Amino acid sequence: MTAAIELNAVEKRFGNVGIIRDLNLSVAQGERHAIIGPNGAGKSTTFNLISGHIRPSSGEVRLNGDVISGLGPFEINRRGLSRSFQVTNVFSRMSVWENVRCAVLWATGHRYAFWKNVDSLPEVRERTSQILDDIHLTHRRDVPAGLLTYAEQRELEIGITIAGGANVVLLDEPTAGMSHAETDRAVALIRRLTEGKTLVIVEHDMSVVFGLADRISVLVYGHIIASGTPEEIRRDPKVKEAYLGEEAH
Amino acid sequence: MNATTTSASNISGKSAGDSLRFYGVWLVGIATLILLPMIFSSGGSLTSFSLIGIAIVFALSYNILLGQTGLLSFGHAVHYGLGGFAACHVMNAVVSHGWPVPLPFIPLFGGLGGLAFAMIIGWVMTKRAGTVFSMISLGIAELVASSSLILRSVFGGESGISTDRTALPKMFGWTFGPQIQVYYLIAFWLVISAIAMYALTRTPLGRISNAVRDNPERVQFIGYDPHVVRYIAFCFAGFFAGVAGGLAAINFEIANAAYLGAIQSGLVLFSTFIGGVAFFFGPILGAILVTYLQLGLTSVTGVWQLYFGIIFIGIVMLSPGGIAGLIMMHRPLARAGTLQTVIPSYVVAAVPTLALACGVILTIESIARTHSGQSSPINLFGVAFTPASPMTWASAAILIVVGFFVARLSWRRVADAWDRAATIARDRGYLA
Repeated sequence: MTAAIELNAVEKRFGNVGIIRDLNLSVAQGERHAIIGPNGAGKSTTFNLISGHIRPSSGEVRLNGDVISGLGPFEINRRGLSRSFQVTNVFSRMSVWENVRCAVLWATGHRYAFWKNVDSLPEVRERTSQILDDIHLTHRRDVPAGLLTYAEQRELEIGITIAGGANVVLLDEPTAGMSHAETDRAVALIRRLTEGKTLVIVEHDMSVVFGLADRISVLVYGHIIASGTPEEIRRDPKVKEAYLGEEAH
Repeated sequence: MNATTTSASNISGKSAGDSLRFYGVWLVGIATLILLPMIFSSGGSLTSFSLIGIAIVFALSYNILLGQTGLLSFGHAVHYGLGGFAACHVMNAVVSHGWPVPLPFIPLFGGLGGLAFAMIIGWVMTKRAGTVFSMISLGIAELVASSSLILRSVFGGESGISTDRTALPKMFGWTFGPQIQVYYLIAFWLVISAIAMYALTRTPLGRISNAVRDNPERVQFIGYDPHVVRYIAFCFAGFFAGVAGGLAAINFEIANAAYLGAIQSGLVLFSTFIGGVAFFFGPILGAILVTYLQLGLTSVTGVWQLYFGIIFIGIVMLSPGGIAGLIMMHRPLARAGTLQTVIPSYVVAAVPTLALACGVILTIESIARTHSGQSSPINLFGVAFTPASPMTWASAAILIVVGFFVARLSWRRVADAWDRAATIARDRGYLA
């Protein structure tokens, strides 16, 4: 079976500085894959490369076997890949309902339509309320997104990401800045909403990583030094030295 | 507080009462348009109403860019002007070829003229938003305005292109000679355009335009190309600006370089902003007020632009949401039933504020009239002041100083009253 995501010898240089060096990564269909690594290792850059936010200097990115490197973010999104952002990135002046609905519109085929009433599209309405239910924000549906609490904005961020029904979901530190209880809730949410999908997650919280991931890749200085099951990663001496050792406080 | 934009309103939970009120507002608007000339039937008012109607269509078209898509254009009059020229040329062609096109269809050709130009330059212009877009719009506006004086066969040079609206085929026996018939033609197109532009905000494209305004980066990750969204919005804005230009061409029976110049572009930005960009009806209020002031002030004072400037600065600084923002600020209070606790403080504050304004007006008029060598008295609420006389200076000084200090005190009391009313509204759950 073709891998959901495949990175072959991807490099990203800003000037002479190599941020990502010879990056090879393969994520199987339906796998939950975590990318961990110290700050500045290039985890978010890797997400930006996969999602088309920035273009690789060399190498190729494949989604379900097709080369997507060089395509724009919206083209990649239309092929079934969606991502969230580390820093909350919502439509702040629009209501929670509008935020999620906008994320549903392309996937339901309404595109740039200017001849349809957006309020009378049953499948859009159903899907939007389903997502709002899923992310527990139904009671906040008419609140402008900018006025939500931080944890609620993080949940909305996940809601927008999955609303289009993408099969490959990239989540960039979904639990960053959350309390313990909020983290538990978010993990349960992620687990439920990405059921049957391919999930790639960047996360600092090791309990989240080891609790959620089928496989883990360790990124250090823009290079993957190890990739394997949580058990393999836990035992890998290179990982212990480069990453877990530092983090063990 | 002003975060409740056109996009943030409650949608699917709309009750029967809400939709009744919604259609009620539109029906009242249409009825007003029909009845106005029957109440104010003088030639002067008909001319004013016609101009206001045109200005409303133009300002609403501008808000497709500014309020809904977040594009600040400094050259929107280009589409208005080209629409006007297109309308004039079509009218003249209809007359000379004897085509069976009656006058009421002409604004459509104005719209197509505005749309055609938007489609041609829009793709490059909307590639980027923000400052880049604004700067390009300024450049294009200059380019078109200067070409209009060079390309004489198209734009008619200094004198422009004139036309005769009565020479077109009649419709329902209307010649469109009398201003009242032109007024109803404008009112008809105003209603059609306003409904169409409102409907546009309720479509998938309209909603995605709001999303592009709020966060163009994120839009790309939900499948949309913000460039395409901006381009389509730009084309719609161009079309309706062209309709407004076509109406102006019918009204004045001429199109000239002033239609597409920087002043016209500035005026529509001004109207839209003063009215308030966050609400659909904002530009309508702005267009009414600005056109009315423009017509009224020019006959009273020679320095009307100065007052425009002061009003604009005042609105930008004190109420960035414009008049519509000010009005909608009170909605939660009205719902919570605490509005009446604020009103008295407004009335109290209005008196010293008015005194302050009178002092400023006296000063401005004194200086302006002395420098232009006029000695006509300044008439304020029936009191005549001789420009630059010691009595006038003293009155102005007292009004400004006393007005300022009392106004400051009274506005502080307004703020207190507001806080109390808002707290109650918040407790009752009407305010976030």
